[in-house]
Amino acid sequence: MPPGSATAAVHRPETFLPGTFRDDFSYRNSPGNIPHFPFPFAEDSYRYSVNIEPHVPGRPGSAFEHLIDVDEHYLSEMADRARVLEEDPLRYQALPHMMLAQWDVLELLMEEQARAYPHLFTLTKDGDRWRWINRPMGIDDTFTFGDPATLPREPFDYIARQTQGDHAILDQRDGNLWMDAGMITAQADWSLDFDVGMSFHEWHAPVPLAHEMGVFDRALKFLLNLRLGQPVRRLNWTMTINPRLDTSPERYPHWGPDRMTVTPQNAGRKVHLRVELQSLWRLPRSNAILFPIRGYLMSLDQIVTVPKWGRRLPRVLESLPPELVEYKGLSRYRQTAIDWLKPYDDGQPTSPGIFPD
Amino acid sequence: MTELALRVAAIDDAIPGIRRIRLVPRTGGLLPAFSAGAHLVLAMRDGPTLRRNPYSLCSDPEDRSGYEIAVRRAERSRGGSAFLHDRLAVGDLLSAGQPANLFQPDWRGRRHVMVAGGIGITPFMAMTATFDRLGLPFELHYACRSRATAAFADLLVARHGARVTLYPSDEGRRIDLAAVVGDQPLGTHLYTCGPDALMAAALQAARDAGWPDQALHAERFEAPPPGDPFTATLARSGIEVTVGRDQSLLEALEAAGVAAPCLCRGGACGECATRVIEARGTILHNDHFLSPGERAAGDRIMTCMSRFTGDRLVLDL
Repeated sequence: MPPGSATAAVHRPETFLPGTFRDDFSYRNSPGNIPHFPFPFAEDSYRYSVNIEPHVPGRPGSAFEHLIDVDEHYLSEMADRARVLEEDPLRYQALPHMMLAQWDVLELLMEEQARAYPHLFTLTKDGDRWRWINRPMGIDDTFTFGDPATLPREPFDYIARQTQGDHAILDQRDGNLWMDAGMITAQADWSLDFDVGMSFHEWHAPVPLAHEMGVFDRALKFLLNLRLGQPVRRLNWTMTINPRLDTSPERYPHWGPDRMTVTPQNAGRKVHLRVELQSLWRLPRSNAILFPIRGYLMSLDQIVTVPKWGRRLPRVLESLPPELVEYKGLSRYRQTAIDWLKPYDDGQPTSPGIFPD
Repeated sequence: MTELALRVAAIDDAIPGIRRIRLVPRTGGLLPAFSAGAHLVLAMRDGPTLRRNPYSLCSDPEDRSGYEIAVRRAERSRGGSAFLHDRLAVGDLLSAGQPANLFQPDWRGRRHVMVAGGIGITPFMAMTATFDRLGLPFELHYACRSRATAAFADLLVARHGARVTLYPSDEGRRIDLAAVVGDQPLGTHLYTCGPDALMAAALQAARDAGWPDQALHAERFEAPPPGDPFTATLARSGIEVTVGRDQSLLEALEAAGVAAPCLCRGGACGECATRVIEARGTILHNDHFLSPGERAAGDRIMTCMSRFTGDRLVLDL
C-alpha cells in the first residue's frame, strides 16, 4: 500500500465506482479505498467477543472516520438496493407503530451524512419545513417533518434507499427489543421477512456458542440502557463468494451454489471477506434503537496488498471453532482460502489492532 | 460532549409548593428531542455537595429550545428539592445527562389511558402532547387535593378538553378505577404515576379486569430512602465507604471518587447492579429491578436505592 495513506488521507469520496454485485460482478475496491476497509481481526487467532465500543469518530481515512460512512461504492450499492427492492418488496417492512421511529431515523441519517459529507448532502430546516439535497443521486426534495404525505415514500423507506448499509429499527418494550422495522437488502443469510416482529433472543436463536456464554443476556441488558447521544459499534464478519451484497435466504438458489466454484486458481478473486460495521443508536422521540449494518466486501487478492492483513487472515481462519465454520457457511472453501493465503504469511509477528502498519 | 450544559431561563411558582423550571442550552441552539415519559438526571452544585437527581421532563418533546421540569418541595427533602426551591435562581448554570426513558409509551397501543396523582402528572405533560400530535386516542385521569393545587390542570384542560378529567379530593371526587379500565378496547395501555397507593390500585383494577401485564406501565421514581448509616468495603479499590443517613450508597461511592455505574438513580433501570462478595447482615432492597428470587439470592445490590444493615458488606468495586 502507499506509505501513510491510511492515516494521512481524510475520507472524502468525490467520484463513485460503477461496480456490480451480481451477473458480471464487476465490483472492485480502488487501491486508495483499500485502507478504508474495516479489517475485523485485532489479533492472530479468533476469539468470540461482543467487542462493543463507543461509536465515536475514528482514524481519518478509515471506515470509522464518520459515524455514517459513505464511500466510493455509494451509487452502485444504492442501485443494487433499488433492484433488490423491485424484485422483492418485502425487504422493506415497518410495522405501523414504528412511524415515529421512522422520522427519528430519517433525521439521524440525514444529519449525519450532511455533517460528514457537505459536498454530497445538504439538509436545511425551516421549522418543520425541511429541504434535503442528495447530489450523487440527483435528489432535491422539500417536505414537512412529521407528515408522511409530503414524501414520495415512508420516511424510513425514503432515507434507507439513500444510505449505504442495511438498517433495522428495534422497538423497546417489556424489557426487550423487537425487530419491528427494517430495510435489509445486503444481508449475510438472514431474512427480515422471517425476523420481523421477533424479540432479541428470538432473532439471535440460530447463533451458535454465544447463548451458552450468556452473551445475548448481557448484550440485551446493555442495549436496553443504551443512552441518547452515545451510540456504540461492533464489527462482525463472514465470507462471501463473489462480491454479492444480496446473500439472503430468499435468493439462496442464486448464491448457494457459488460456494462450490472456489478453486485454488480463482480463490483470490472470488473469495471475499465480508465485514459488517454494526452500530446502535438510541433514537430521541421514539426511544427505539437504530441498528445500521454497514457491509464491506474485499477480495483476498486485495486484502493481501496490506502485508499485515495477509499474514493475519490465514492464521485467524485456521483458529476458527468448527461450529463457527459451519454457521458462517465456510466449510466448503475455508481450506482452499487458507491455502491461497498461506504464501502471504511469512511468519513474521503482526502488530496489535486492526489498522495497516 | 454528551453532558448537557444548561442555564435556568425561567422559574415559575404558579402552584404553591411546586416549582416549574425551564432550562435552555447555555450556548444557544437546540437541545436533543426526547421521548414522552423521559427524565433528566440533573447535576446540582450545592455548596460542597454535588447532587444528581432524576426529574421527569414535562415540556413538549418537540420544543427543543428548552426543557422543563416541575419539582415538588419534599416534606423531608434530602436536599435536591430544597435546593431547587430555595437556592436556584434564573441565570444559574446546571448540567444534566441526556434524556433517558424508563416510562416509554407502548407505540402499539390502540388507546392510552393515564392515571396521575399529584406531582405524578409531570411525565403525562409530555405524553399527552405526543399522543395529541400523533393523533393517538388517549384519556388522562388526574387525582389532586384541590383544583388550586393541581399543577398544570388548567393548561391540560385547555390543551385537551374532555380528554382530561380532574378528581379534586376536597370536592369528594375519586377516580373510579374499575370504571376507567372496565370499558376500554383491546390493545389499550395503562400508564400510572403518583402516590404508591394510587399506582397499586390502578394496576390492580386493570389486572382484575383481565388486562395483560404487558399493557400496564408504572413510573416508580422515588428518592433513595434514608436509613441507618452503614459501611461498605470495596474489594477492588481496597477502601471503605461510609454511607450517611440521608445519603445513598451510590452517592457515598461517588463522594469517595469511585466510578460506580448508574443511570436512572431511581432503582428502575438496573445499570447500577453491583456484585456482593460478602454480606454479614441484611441487604435492604429498595429497587424495582431485581426479582424476588434475585433479592433472595443476595448476591447483587442496586447502589442507587438499596441499603444494608449488619456487620460487613463487601462489594465488587
